Amino acid sequence: MNLRILYFARLREALGVAKEEISVADGVADIQALMAWLAARGGVWQQEFAGCRPLRAAVNQELVANSANFKTGDEIAFFPPVTGG
Amino acid sequence: MAVRIQHEDFDAGAEIARLRLARPDTGAVAAFVGQVRDINDGASVSGMTLEYYPGMTEKALEAIVEQARARWDIYDAVVIHRIGELKPLEQIVLVVVSGTHRGEAFAACEFIMDYLKTEAPFWKKETTTEGARWVDARSSDDQAKLRWNTEN
Repeated sequence: MNLRILYFARLREALGVAKEEISVADGVADIQALMAWLAARGGVWQQEFAGCRPLRAAVNQELVANSANFKTGDEIAFFPPVTGG
Repeated sequence: MAVRIQHEDFDAGAEIARLRLARPDTGAVAAFVGQVRDINDGASVSGMTLEYYPGMTEKALEAIVEQARARWDIYDAVVIHRIGELKPLEQIVLVVVSGTHRGEAFAACEFIMDYLKTEAPFWKKETTTEGARWVDARSSDDQAKLRWNTEN
């Protein structure tokens, strides 16, 4: 399954990556599983995706819960809680 | 209805006048302006950078305005949010809502701001005397949003 992943704000700076195209096994089909997959990269990825810091996720530009599913070709975004206004 | 995300400053008076004059059965226009403060969490702030998620941020704001329109009998709403580098005393955000009476206009304006603060993808990075830092989300903003689940 191919995914386009975007990172924003503090998370983007911590990871040093704004966006990437990844390919994951079909079993990695919800946000929770994708976060575990990213955390397994170790180092800063482990720190950011292991659940210690609050993160929000969006699938195709819609805010979703960590149980949300996605499919190949989707755009997934991870970012800290929002602070606009 | 209009949602705009822009680097440039905005003219709140012109936006208010536009909604006020759009239809003669308008009896009330409520507006909110947010601006950059020179102090936050005990540190002196010399400026901030506002980041957003092109595409999603516009959709999120449009969805929030739609929710407000579904909930209150309002005529029109405008949301303008600035991005990029801003200094203290610069305007950040404008919400203007028009309707027949003040009750709906006030409520919808406040609802839009409360939802914008917690659901619209914007992030602030402040420049302070102690260096640059990302602003943390406030639990008081979540509480402000939650009250709309019960209040009318």
